[in-house]
Amino acid sequence: MTPVPHDLPLGLPAPVGVLTAVLVGFFLMHILFVTMMVGGMMMVLVAQIRGLKDKAWDHIAHDLAATITVNKSIAVVLGVGPLLAINTLYTVYFYTANALTGSFWILIVPLVAGAFLLTYAHKYLWGRLPVWLHLGLILVVMAIFAFVPLIFLVNVTLMLTPDRWGEVQGFWDAAMLPNVWTRYAHFMLSCPAMAGLMVVWLYRRKADQDRAQVIRMGYRWLLGPTLAQFVVGPLALITLPPTPGSQGLAVAIFLGSILVAAFLCLVAWGELKRPDALIGQGFPLVAGAMVVILVLMGGARHLYREAALSDHRAAVAAKTEAFRAESEAARTNP
Amino acid sequence: MDFPIYHLDLMGNRLLVAVIAILHVLINHGLAVGLIPLVAAMEWYGARKGDPRWDRLARRILFFAFLITTTVGALTGVGIWLSTSLVNPASIGSLIRVFFWGWFIEWLVFITEVVLILWYHLTWESWQGARKAAHIRLGFALAVFSWVTMAIIVSILGFMMDPGNWLTDHSLWSGFTNPIYLPQLAFRTALALCFAAMVALMLILFFTRRDDPFRYQAVRAVSVFALATGPFVVLAGWWYASVVPETMLANLATGLATMQFEEWQDRLFLGMIGAAALVMGVAQLGVWRPHWVPRLGLLVPLVAVMWLTGHFERVREFIRKPYVIGQYMYANGLRVEDYPLYQSKGLLPYATWTYPLSQAETAAIPAGASVTDVQAGKDVFMIACTRCHTANGVNAVRGHFQRMLGDDPWTPDKTMDTLAYMHEARPFMPPFPGSPAELAQVALYIQTLQSVTEPLAGAQSAGVKLREEAR
Repeated sequence: MTPVPHDLPLGLPAPVGVLTAVLVGFFLMHILFVTMMVGGMMMVLVAQIRGLKDKAWDHIAHDLAATITVNKSIAVVLGVGPLLAINTLYTVYFYTANALTGSFWILIVPLVAGAFLLTYAHKYLWGRLPVWLHLGLILVVMAIFAFVPLIFLVNVTLMLTPDRWGEVQGFWDAAMLPNVWTRYAHFMLSCPAMAGLMVVWLYRRKADQDRAQVIRMGYRWLLGPTLAQFVVGPLALITLPPTPGSQGLAVAIFLGSILVAAFLCLVAWGELKRPDALIGQGFPLVAGAMVVILVLMGGARHLYREAALSDHRAAVAAKTEAFRAESEAARTNP
Repeated sequence: MDFPIYHLDLMGNRLLVAVIAILHVLINHGLAVGLIPLVAAMEWYGARKGDPRWDRLARRILFFAFLITTTVGALTGVGIWLSTSLVNPASIGSLIRVFFWGWFIEWLVFITEVVLILWYHLTWESWQGARKAAHIRLGFALAVFSWVTMAIIVSILGFMMDPGNWLTDHSLWSGFTNPIYLPQLAFRTALALCFAAMVALMLILFFTRRDDPFRYQAVRAVSVFALATGPFVVLAGWWYASVVPETMLANLATGLATMQFEEWQDRLFLGMIGAAALVMGVAQLGVWRPHWVPRLGLLVPLVAVMWLTGHFERVREFIRKPYVIGQYMYANGLRVEDYPLYQSKGLLPYATWTYPLSQAETAAIPAGASVTDVQAGKDVFMIACTRCHTANGVNAVRGHFQRMLGDDPWTPDKTMDTLAYMHEARPFMPPFPGSPAELAQVALYIQTLQSVTEPLAGAQSAGVKLREEAR
């Protein structure tokens, strides 16, 4: 039996379309910077380890570390708008998921604040700490950056399954919902890919002697995980729970994004084959394809969310209205 | 009321929000709103006098502020939403619906503020010479944006105390221009500047050497700044206190400390005056004899101003009780206008979730009592009491009844009157929201609690079940 709670008896402050545009549009911008931050951290870790033997890599790692703190500041602020919109549009769903996973939901605050402080320590104490401690800092940050997305994913998965709300007992139980881990893998793979793209963008116009080497690394970071997405992506798709509404359009868009991803891989592969002097020229095409994929993913996710909840939201709205009318009757005819 | 109930039984839910919110306010007021204009002024002064020492000092102070505001400051800001969505979702959900556009604009300003602080910090070295003037303007622009974010949020805080005309017309503008808005904004602005001066004094003593005459020049200048803010803190504080509704002032005695410490009120007032005098005294010393100001000794006025700010927040939170949104929603998350319905037909017919009795609670059910009634009592307790009370932790119901009734059995005939009329004896408590039958059921659950010492589990660990009636 699916629970149907009543919503807050206050109207929405803006048309649904506007709130949806704020939610989806700004979330895509937020997730872009989050993936660059998390993936960038992975890249710094790898470059730093290679830098133990080759100073050139240490120099690259130091350069990349500077991007993490900027990306993290922008990622955090861009996340506030979508949070505001999801609080407004999906009040019952989001707050219910938050409460049922509350112990971990609230951990986001100290975990992320701590990770950010450590990120600064890692950046500003470069060369002044013992190697093991400097690497230890980045490993701790990496572990936090890998865990926090899971907390968000559990929440946004749980909010779409009202029929499971009365069954889950705590965060780890909710983490066993179908689709959580495949979607998590999908997200984690997107991080190095996006960081790879960021590095190509950063270095393509640099006169640095390592330019071609770093751009190749960027493309490899983009290409490898994106190829793995051809397995993980469809797995995330087929593990999506069934919905009361039709998923047809959402699934079609997801499939469409696979075609664009194939195009992206082809162009990136072509870039890798270019001579040093020309590498990076195909970047606008690759970045354009990535933007298209992001928009398709964001749109399809929203369509899936609507397919999962539109009937339930109608039931919640009807119950809320009945409650409001009953409350008014009790006030006027005590 | 229809959200699964998150509950922290040891520390209490309010403490979770308080820790995050007060930390955020300390960082926001002391390191952003107050400190950034001071940093920009130092940079401007250094450029005007051609003295690079001011520039170096300003940069170091900014770096410290930058590190803290963009990490702990930013996350505790988001954390206020995350924690209130757990502790009182009905309240934050309603506030967001009323103030959506206010918050949206605040968010755009916040984005600008973050971009500006990144820009200001990262261009400090490269924007020298002819570009210095532009860099100084960037600093002052950042100061303005920092203040604007606070100016928007303060309207929401004022609204929670007294929604004013919003109660009748439900418009965003009425909510924004609530009666407490401008006085509170003036007070916070002055307090932030004074607070920042104390932070800056401390940082100056860490960032300069004892044998450097510049240290004393800087201490004197910042002390003058602190002294200049003092009268404004007092004036704006008086203006603010004068617009706090009468009913809230009645709660002030308990707002300043917890109930059992009411008698400490006079001493606490003296403490607050003493703390303020200490801050001003140190500032005066900084002007008069800057080399007498000791580095560690400065910790005392800094802690004093932090305590004053934190305590001011605590009092603000408490005196608006029994409401979480003045006259609109009680602290338990139930709307005032829904009370007639709940009190006639009960809370539970409109509740979706039930919170199954634990083994210890089941074992403690008094002889002859029905499990169904105790279960209903627990569900009412979760809805009506747990937003402010715990069972066995901070502000524990068991503790209160233990003090009132001791070890005698807490039978409903001894507790029901207390529950029914507690809001008359204690004006900061909301009236009991449920039906007479539910009053008896919650009294029965409280009798059960007498011998249950384990923490009361919230939805985050024990989960929830769908109520039979909601199926």
